[in-house]
Amino acid sequence: MNKDFNIIIVGTGGQGLITLLKILAEAAKINGFDVKTSELHGLSQRGGSVECHIRFGKKIYSPLVGAGDADLVLALEQNESLRAAYYGSKKKTIFLINKLSVFSLASIGKEMLPAQISGSLKNFSKKTILLNASDIVKKETGSIVTTGIFMLGFCAFKKIIPLKEKSIIKAIERVVPEKYLDLNRKIFKLSSKK
Amino acid sequence: MKELLEKRPMKVILLGNNAIIRGAIEAGVQFVSTFPGTPASEIGDTFSALSKLGPQDFYFEYSTNEKTAMEAATGAAFSGLKSLVAMKHFGLNVASDSLLPVVYTGVGGAMVVMVADDPGCWSSAQTEQDTRYFSRMAHIPMLEPSDPQECKDFTKLAFEISDKFKIPVMIRTTTRVSHQQSIVSLSEIKGQKKVSQKDIKRGQFSTMPPNVLRMKKELFSKLAKISEVSEKSVANKVDGLKKKNDSEFGIIASGVSYLYAKEILKELGIDVPVLKLGFTNPLPRLLIESFIKNFKKVLIVEEIEPFLEEQVAAIAKDVNPEIKIFGSELPKIGELKPEYIKALITRILGIKQEFDFKKHQKDFNKIELIKRFPNLCPGCPYWLVFSGIKKAVQVASRQAAKDVVFGGDIGCYMLSGCPPHNIQDWLISMGSSIGISHGVKKSTDKKVISIIGDSTFFHAGIPALINTVFNKSNPLIIILENSTTGMTGHQPHPGVGKTGSGEETVSLSLENMVRACGVKNLKIIDPVNQEEFINTIKEFLENKEVSVIIARRPCVLLGRR
Repeated sequence: MNKDFNIIIVGTGGQGLITLLKILAEAAKINGFDVKTSELHGLSQRGGSVECHIRFGKKIYSPLVGAGDADLVLALEQNESLRAAYYGSKKKTIFLINKLSVFSLASIGKEMLPAQISGSLKNFSKKTILLNASDIVKKETGSIVTTGIFMLGFCAFKKIIPLKEKSIIKAIERVVPEKYLDLNRKIFKLSSKK
Repeated sequence: MKELLEKRPMKVILLGNNAIIRGAIEAGVQFVSTFPGTPASEIGDTFSALSKLGPQDFYFEYSTNEKTAMEAATGAAFSGLKSLVAMKHFGLNVASDSLLPVVYTGVGGAMVVMVADDPGCWSSAQTEQDTRYFSRMAHIPMLEPSDPQECKDFTKLAFEISDKFKIPVMIRTTTRVSHQQSIVSLSEIKGQKKVSQKDIKRGQFSTMPPNVLRMKKELFSKLAKISEVSEKSVANKVDGLKKKNDSEFGIIASGVSYLYAKEILKELGIDVPVLKLGFTNPLPRLLIESFIKNFKKVLIVEEIEPFLEEQVAAIAKDVNPEIKIFGSELPKIGELKPEYIKALITRILGIKQEFDFKKHQKDFNKIELIKRFPNLCPGCPYWLVFSGIKKAVQVASRQAAKDVVFGGDIGCYMLSGCPPHNIQDWLISMGSSIGISHGVKKSTDKKVISIIGDSTFFHAGIPALINTVFNKSNPLIIILENSTTGMTGHQPHPGVGKTGSGEETVSLSLENMVRACGVKNLKIIDPVNQEEFINTIKEFLENKEVSVIIARRPCVLLGRR
C-alpha cells in the first residue's frame, strides 16, 4: 500500500462505532502502519449522529479525513451515509451501507429509501454497496449489536480494506471483552459467506 | 487501561487523554483532582478506574466543582506533592479565581493544570472559548500537545518545569487532541522516589498587599527564566530547516492545526518550513524572530482565536515589517478542517487543484440530511419530568406562551431545549438556571420554572439558591435527583455516598441542603406519580416564596452499569 487509507465510520449513538474504531486502529498497528483516529464523546453520542475518522499508512499526521478524501465510508445507518458524502469523491470512495434506518422523536427531516440514497451518493462515490448486515446478524444472534463486526469482516474478505483478516481477528481479541469474543469471531467469519 | 501502569517501555495505542495520564504517572504524580467535563472526562474516569484496581502511588478524587478541584490540587502542591487537576474549558472559568493567585504564590511541589477546549462545541453548550488567552492573563506557562505521544511527553515536561520553577503549568488540548488515538512509545516507570511532604512556612502562600506585588515581581522574574526555557524547548521545532534559507514562505502552527498543515504539505508534495509551537506561553520570541526574518509571507495555522497571529504580528513589526501574514482567512467559528488549510495554502502558493472543493461543498449542501437532536434515553425519568411540567402549565396554550419562562442548566436535562420537549428559554452555565430565574422573577410578573440536576446543584446551584431566598424571590426550582452525573458518564457526586476511588463516604441529603438554604416550600416527588407532580407544580407556582421540588428517580442506566 503506497498511499494512506482513509475511513469514515458513521452511524447513530450506541451502535458501537468507537469499538469498531479501536479494532481498526489495533489492526492497522499490527499490520505495521502508522495510524491516527478521531472520535467524539459526550452529548454528541446521545442518539445523535456519530462520525469517526481513521487513517493509516506509512506516516500519518492528521487524525481527520479531508473533504472528498475517504477511501471507504462504513455507514452503520443508511441515512447517515449521506452525511459522510462530504468525505466522498467519485474518484475513489467506496460506500458500504447497512440497510437500517433510525428515526426517533428527536429527529427532524425525511428518511430516505436505499435507492434514493444510492442516487444521492452518485456524485460522491466510486461504488456503493448496500448490505443487509443488521438483518443477517439479528437472524444469527438475536441482536444487532455486532453489525459493525459483520461489516468489517465483509470489508476484509472482499479486500476493500488493505488489512489482513488475521490482524483484524487479533485486534478483535485485544479490544473486545473476553465474554463476547466467540460471538464476535463468529460474526466476523460469517461475513465471508455473504 | 492496564497498559497505563505498565512499567516497561512499549508501544501502545492511546487516546490523547489517557496519554496525559500516562505522562503524569511517568512523572510520578501523587494527587489528582477533577470535575468531569467532556472533552476532559476520561482523565477522571481512567484515574478513578485505576484507583479501584488497588493501591496506587497517587490519590484521586472527583471534587464538587472545578474550583474545589483546583484548590485541592493546590493544597497538595503547597505541601510539596506533585498534583494534577483536569477540567474542560468552562471549568477553568470557575476555577480561575483560585488559579490566578496560585500562579503568583507558586507551589512547594509541582502542579499541572490540564484544560481541554472544544472547538465546534461538539459536547459544550455555552461558548466556543479559547483557553490560550487565560495563559496570558494568568501568566501561567502553557504547553500545547498535537497528538497522544506529545500528550504524554508534554505532561512529563510540564511537571519538570513546574517542579523546577515552583509554578503551576498548563497543558491545553482540544477535542481533536484529547479524543485522538495513535501509537505512543511509553517510557519506563521508574520506582519513583517518593516526594515527601514539605512544611508550609508560616505565611508562605499568603497574598495580600504588600506581598501580592512582591509575588508578582518574583513571578515575572520566573517568567523571564521560563522564556529562555521556551526558546530552547523540544516542544518547539522547525521542520524543513534545510530549505528555510531559500524559502520566501513559512508556516507557524500549534496543536492539532500543526498536524493538519503537515498532512496538507505531505499531500501536495511540497517542502515548506514549518515552525511548530508546543510551548505557547511564554512564546519563544527569538525563535519566531529568526524564523520569520527572511520570509515574504507567513501563514499562521491555529483554531478559534488569533492567539498566535496577534503575537507574531507584534514580533514581525520589529524584525520584518514588510512580511505578509496569512491566517485570518481561516474560519474563526467552528472547527478548523484540513481542507480549509489546503485551500488557503494552494491559494497563497498559486497551486492548481484538481479537486474543486467549492463545487464539492455546493453539491454536498444540496443533500437533504436528517437533523438528529440528542435524545433522552428510553426510560429516562426526565421524560416524565418534562411532560409533567408541560401538562402543569399547559405549555401549548396561548396564555402559557406569554406567562411562563423556563430556565435550563448544564446536564442531560438541557435536552429540555430540544424537540419534542422545547421548554428551555436560557442555558448559560452551571447553576445559572437558579441565579437567573431569580433575576427574571424580580423583574417581571412571569411564572418561572427552572430545572437543575443534582450534581450541578452541588456544583454551583447552592449559592444561587441562597441568593434567591435571601433576596425574597419566588421562582419554582425543580431539582432532578437521578443520583449520578449522567451526561459525562456516571461519575459520583456528594449525594451518592461513594468517592471517585470507590470508597464509602457520607451521602449529603438534598432536602437537608435545600432546607438549610432557607427554603420552606419543598416537596420530594417521584415523577412517576404524575398527578402529584403536576398538582404540586401548579400549587407552587402561586407561592410568594421560593419553592423547590426534588424530582427523585435514579438514572435509568445506573442499574445497567
